[in-house]
Amino acid sequence: MTEETEEIEDKEEIEISEESDKESKIAIQTIDLSVYFDERKGIENINMKVRKNRVTAIIGPSGCGKSTFLRSLNLMHDMTPKARVFGEIFIHGENITNYNSVDMRKKVGMVFQKPNPFPTMSVYDNVIAGLKLNGMTKKSILDEIVEKNLKHSGLWEEVKDRLKSPAVSLSGGQQQRLCIARTISVNPEIILMDEPTSALDPISTSKIEELIFNLKSDYTIVIVTHNMQQAARVSDQTAFFYLGNLIEFSKTRRMFTNPKEKLTEEYVTGKFG
Amino acid sequence: MTAESVLKSPKNLKRRKIMNSVMISLCIAAGFITIVPLIYIFFYTTQSGISSLNLDFFTQLPKPVGEEGGGMANAIVGSLILITIGGIIGIPVGVLSGIYISEYSKNVLSTIVKFITDILSGVPSIIIGIFAYGVIVIPMQRFSALAGGFALGILMIPTVAKITEEMLRLVPQSLREASLALGVSRWKTTLRVVLTTASSGIVTGILLAIARAAGETAPLLFTSFGNVYWQTNIDEPMAALPLQIFTYAISPFDDWHRQAWAGAFVLIFLVFIVNLLVRFVTRNKFSGNL
Ligand SMILES: Nc1ncnc2c1ncn2[C@@H]1O[C@H](COP(=O)(O)OP(=O)(O)OP(=O)(O)O)[C@@H](O)[C@H]1O
Ligand SMILES: [Mg+2]
Repeated sequence: MTEETEEIEDKEEIEISEESDKESKIAIQTIDLSVYFDERKGIENINMKVRKNRVTAIIGPSGCGKSTFLRSLNLMHDMTPKARVFGEIFIHGENITNYNSVDMRKKVGMVFQKPNPFPTMSVYDNVIAGLKLNGMTKKSILDEIVEKNLKHSGLWEEVKDRLKSPAVSLSGGQQQRLCIARTISVNPEIILMDEPTSALDPISTSKIEELIFNLKSDYTIVIVTHNMQQAARVSDQTAFFYLGNLIEFSKTRRMFTNPKEKLTEEYVTGKFG
Repeated sequence: MTAESVLKSPKNLKRRKIMNSVMISLCIAAGFITIVPLIYIFFYTTQSGISSLNLDFFTQLPKPVGEEGGGMANAIVGSLILITIGGIIGIPVGVLSGIYISEYSKNVLSTIVKFITDILSGVPSIIIGIFAYGVIVIPMQRFSALAGGFALGILMIPTVAKITEEMLRLVPQSLREASLALGVSRWKTTLRVVLTTASSGIVTGILLAIARAAGETAPLLFTSFGNVYWQTNIDEPMAALPLQIFTYAISPFDDWHRQAWAGAFVLIFLVFIVNLLVRFVTRNKFSGNL
């Protein structure tokens, strides 16, 4: 990144903090978002604005509520009977309660910590699972989508000869890239990633990081990571969570060089966590 | 004595080796005890049954008392019809109850459904026959295949529901989430992802239920009743293999005893064929993940 672009980025940030209602640049906004599991606190009063076409990293020690936060953004807590969600979430300026949860999840895709391809489906069918399960069956279109998204997720060269073999026959890293291809093939606007590389080797990890970088121009990405270097490498903004609270949220560069909070500094320098 | 010395001591090593061989021998013995009756039944039935099998057995009706020969054509067809009726009732109800219990378990009603299927699985089959007698035979004022099939269907429900529930619970939550996160609705996720992933296990459960229903005699005694003539009308009394085998086996005639063995052999064979057929139809090159 050159000095010049950095300046522009800085200016943009100032604009955003001054005119905080500049909605066209905000992909996700949460207002006093809290999640409880029975009586136990998951996250509390999170106020955050995630910018469009940026990568936002979420860091923090284990159990601090990173996954809980991420899962509230695509209403995944609906599946957990004891989870109760309070506060408001806006996706592209629209209150999440105005969406039907199924339509909303088409806009907000998710990649999980553990690769979870559908074991009964082939590589090919996994990529287009979201479309097929929703009734799209035109083969010529699907062929095209499969090729495009596998190329996009950097998997095409490795699997183009085995599209019909079971998805679970791929390696862990390949499976994770397959899951990313599956997520982007339904054309979401926002992609949530929960520690997408935590089970992968350095080579697969760097492939996925590269992919995240390439996806940025088309998507808004929120990524949870335990790896500080990864957050520094891939993200534009970083949020630091601690014990269910959002401690600090700022530009990644600032977060790692000159954090506002002492707690953040201790965490990013590895004093705890 | 430290832990290390315990592990390394030759005396302990020897004892553990002996213990190991004893346990392995016990396991092998238990496996043997399980297999022997099965093999015995299979061979004995085949040996006694196959010699009495001939074309007549499959094409002829039973002969009146005193006449030699005849066959069980009507009972074979009858059993197939009864099982089909039973399956039409028992499989969908069982699978749907299983889905309801497993996928909607936070619901009070689903807890009740689970409780009831558990109880139902412990009800003796003759009682289920009496139930079918009460709700179908009495109002219709005659024995019928419909009543028999209904009884077999009720009998299949708890087995199918239980297996479906258990197989669905084995499907990792992460697959449901993966599907929902793609914007797939809850019921499509259940049907196309969860059920498909568990299908090979569920099919096994269904086969078990069919096999058990096919061999049931008690619930047919006062529902389907049996018939010595051709009958394919399901609102009339119908012959069934287990009924016919039972009648022939307790008769004093040698020829009927031979035919009872042949019937038993055909029954086992039929269950076997249904097994193969269903497995062939529902085979999936990706299954076997569970
Ligand atoms: N389904 C659940 N039921 C009960 N408590 C839960 C549930 N999910 C999360 N929690 C609790 O909420 C808190 C936050 O958990 P969360 O999974 O969000 O942490 P995390 O930051 O993602 O941690 P990790 O880095 O280990 O993945 C924890 O105290 C956890 O025990
Ligand atoms: Mg987590």
